[in-house]
Amino acid sequence: MAIAFSVNGKPVSVEADADTPLLWALRDDLGLTGTKFGCGIAACGACSVHVDGNLTRSCSVPVSEVAGKAVTTIEGLKAADGTLHKVQQAWIAAQVPQCGYCQSGQIMAAVALIEKVGTPSDAQIDEAMTNICRCGTYPRIRKAVLAATSAAAAVPAAAQTGDA
Amino acid sequence: MADNPNPDIDLPEAAAPAAKPKRRGIKRRIFLAGSALVVGGGIFGVWWTDSSVKARGNALIGGDGKPAFGSVMTIAEDDTVTVFSPHIDFGQGSHTALAQMLADELDANWGKVTIEQAPADLAFANASLAKGFLPTMTGDFVAGLLPDAVIGMMARSMPLMITGGSSAIRFTGEIAMRRTGAAVRAALIAEAADRLGVPESELTTADSVVTHAKSGKSLRYGELAAGAAERSLSSDPVLKTRDQWKLIGKGVERRDIPSKVDGSAVYGIDFTLPEMRVATIAAAPVRGGKLESVDEAPALAVKGVEKVIKLPDAVVVVGSGYWPATKGLQALAPKFSDGGHAAVSTPAIYAAQAKLIAGGKADNEGGSGDVDGAFKAAGVKMVEAEYRVPFLHHAMMEPFALTGHFKDGKLTIWGGLQDPLSTRAKAAKAIGLEMEDVTFVPMIMGGGFGRRFPDIVEIIDQIALVAKQVPYPVKLVWSREQEVTHGSYRPQSLAKLSASLKDGAITAMRIDYAQSGNAEGEVPFIYNLPATSRRHFAYQSNQIDGPWRSVNATQLGFYTESFMDELALAAGEDPYKFRRKHLAEGSRYLKVLDEVAKRSGWDTPLPEGVGRGIAIVESFDTIVAEVVEATLKEDGSPKVLRAFAVVDCGTTVNPLNAEAQIAGGLIMGLSSAIGEAVTLDKGAVVQSNYSDYPILKLADAPPAVDVHFLDSGAKTGGIGEPGLPPATPALANALASLTGKRIRNLPILTQAKA
Repeated sequence: MAIAFSVNGKPVSVEADADTPLLWALRDDLGLTGTKFGCGIAACGACSVHVDGNLTRSCSVPVSEVAGKAVTTIEGLKAADGTLHKVQQAWIAAQVPQCGYCQSGQIMAAVALIEKVGTPSDAQIDEAMTNICRCGTYPRIRKAVLAATSAAAAVPAAAQTGDA
Repeated sequence: MADNPNPDIDLPEAAAPAAKPKRRGIKRRIFLAGSALVVGGGIFGVWWTDSSVKARGNALIGGDGKPAFGSVMTIAEDDTVTVFSPHIDFGQGSHTALAQMLADELDANWGKVTIEQAPADLAFANASLAKGFLPTMTGDFVAGLLPDAVIGMMARSMPLMITGGSSAIRFTGEIAMRRTGAAVRAALIAEAADRLGVPESELTTADSVVTHAKSGKSLRYGELAAGAAERSLSSDPVLKTRDQWKLIGKGVERRDIPSKVDGSAVYGIDFTLPEMRVATIAAAPVRGGKLESVDEAPALAVKGVEKVIKLPDAVVVVGSGYWPATKGLQALAPKFSDGGHAAVSTPAIYAAQAKLIAGGKADNEGGSGDVDGAFKAAGVKMVEAEYRVPFLHHAMMEPFALTGHFKDGKLTIWGGLQDPLSTRAKAAKAIGLEMEDVTFVPMIMGGGFGRRFPDIVEIIDQIALVAKQVPYPVKLVWSREQEVTHGSYRPQSLAKLSASLKDGAITAMRIDYAQSGNAEGEVPFIYNLPATSRRHFAYQSNQIDGPWRSVNATQLGFYTESFMDELALAAGEDPYKFRRKHLAEGSRYLKVLDEVAKRSGWDTPLPEGVGRGIAIVESFDTIVAEVVEATLKEDGSPKVLRAFAVVDCGTTVNPLNAEAQIAGGLIMGLSSAIGEAVTLDKGAVVQSNYSDYPILKLADAPPAVDVHFLDSGAKTGGIGEPGLPPATPALANALASLTGKRIRNLPILTQAKA
């Protein structure tokens, strides 16, 4: 069946079974591979996207449920002129990614958190940032989330490494 | 040069073996410092001298006005330097660091240096090395270089283009990259001297420009490259001294990061081709089992499913996408045999391992002195303990995914693996091709941690077998369930430790451990004791044991460093001070340990409910000491509040990246200590996904890790792995100091529930 919704501001229609997870509609049907497959059971968060602004683990949402809704993926975060979202900029400044595979989902979770609470506290970061990172980038993720929401420009990670 | 196993290869000066380290206690039975450098030198020597290989490599990376040098790098007319890394980068940041090392010696403009993956071609391995060098090495000689598990794979999977053993920087970087940069710089200077008609000694280099100060003339590298490439490169160029380094030691940003924050990086699982189909697989739940029968009809009835393929030990469903293939697979009820392993279980393995040790017939042994005599001496206090650690899964975030296309008798594979060349060899063997008929295109990897060594990667055979049966390109993707249940795990292991104490000092220590691989020669024992013995009892289950980040240093570090705290307690002494007096005065170990105690405020009081633990482990030539402060949450699970790591890896090439590697290793060590275990029941893995194989999350990780490097200038050590091993015992020690209850079985959470 054809299911219509929008992705990153553009209307799309996919021909898929109703139970197809949104993740696979994005990746296999629409070619948006920035959203990653990690576990398939909403346990790791690598597939996180926004559906009508709400943080959603796309591996566990049937595409039929997003019919008529607005989906934002990692590819849709940057501005029309190509400027990266402030969270993405903070991620680069803090040199967060190692293997990088989970980072699309981490960034989507961080953007959702900041849009919801403005400037999150450490406790709010603990509560909201539940995506798994096997490389153990958590300290830099925390640093980047805080930097993205502080008035001051994100401090380059190099300047924060005392031994550099 | 007595340690050079191949007298036909001239070793560069720097490859001369270093002075033999003096150690007491359990001796490293191999000549670690020397052997690593000799092998590195050998790689370089062969690389330089085999001109046919070099020419082939240069042809592959050069062309289009980009002269190539040493099959390592090119210089374009606009001065862009492209460095081709023979190592893959799965997040450890070695591509950037390797390029830093080359660019520093080259005096290149860093802003115009780019990094690419070297093609999976023999020119980028060391065919002559693999054929002529490795087989001549004795076991002991090789043992010092890399973990046994890795050495075994190397020997089986030659030729060599491997990433592992924390080897990129300390071997490839120190030997090949720096020398290539220096040699090319010398060639550029020679070319400039001829063109300007001035002596080479009057020329200087900086930012990719050769300058003649007297005349004020200068030439860009891009202008000189074509001529310089015609010149022969010195095999023994003058390297910079530490005080001359501009890029080495600098925390430059990694080049791969922007594409990893905007979703544009293409990992193996993201790769697509026109007409490509997607397949997924279910292998026999019990390793060693075979596919007995399967009714294909239910899968073929699923919309989008095109084909069911039977492999000897698995069933594969091919569809138009991952979801149809998955639905098809779920519709099947394949019958598998258990391979005769139905009795294998986690408790049965521990029991068998305890029995092996009790039998007393060790397969390997290290150490020195009269341990039995010391144990029987009058007036000693004996301390004994048994430790158990489970199988551990790598749990890389990107599940295995390889794309294959079999066409006109040749196979092409796209994906991410730790050794591109042996990937080709393995795939070729699986379907009866020659290696030349298999092309492998290396891609970015979503983690690895030791899981992606081709020798233990069954998906290589699987993609070859599947691709050969279909006329279109096909991407085979493992589900997370397949990934968790069919890993190549850090081995389950049991150890019995015993030691004698007299006057508050250890007089002898014995470590008996049962597991698959021998760790003697790989994991150094760092303490100075009058008598030591470490004995390995070989045990193999039906599982595939593989290297897991920092390999045997994980469990041996946990055993030894937990036991040191037990001994300190028995001696009535502070764990830090107790370690101190068993480490050599003036040693690197002592400096690292003292520094972490100082930075963590070891002697300062702790808040109520918080425990503090310390541990020090050497692995891959890097010494790391860590202190963690932890508390117990209401549910009894531990939470690490603060963490400190002090590292001596000789030279820190990129502190910004190295800090991330150490902190990440520390967190992975905490994660495994707290909750991770692969257990077996009736021969099959019990866990299935992240839901029952829990990875530490941000909330339970330390908010920050204080990482400090002591640049001792000693031989360069690894950085990707050594941050992990001390974290597990440091946490166990912190909790024991808090609760008074010693943790001897991992993971910690299992005991909290028991």
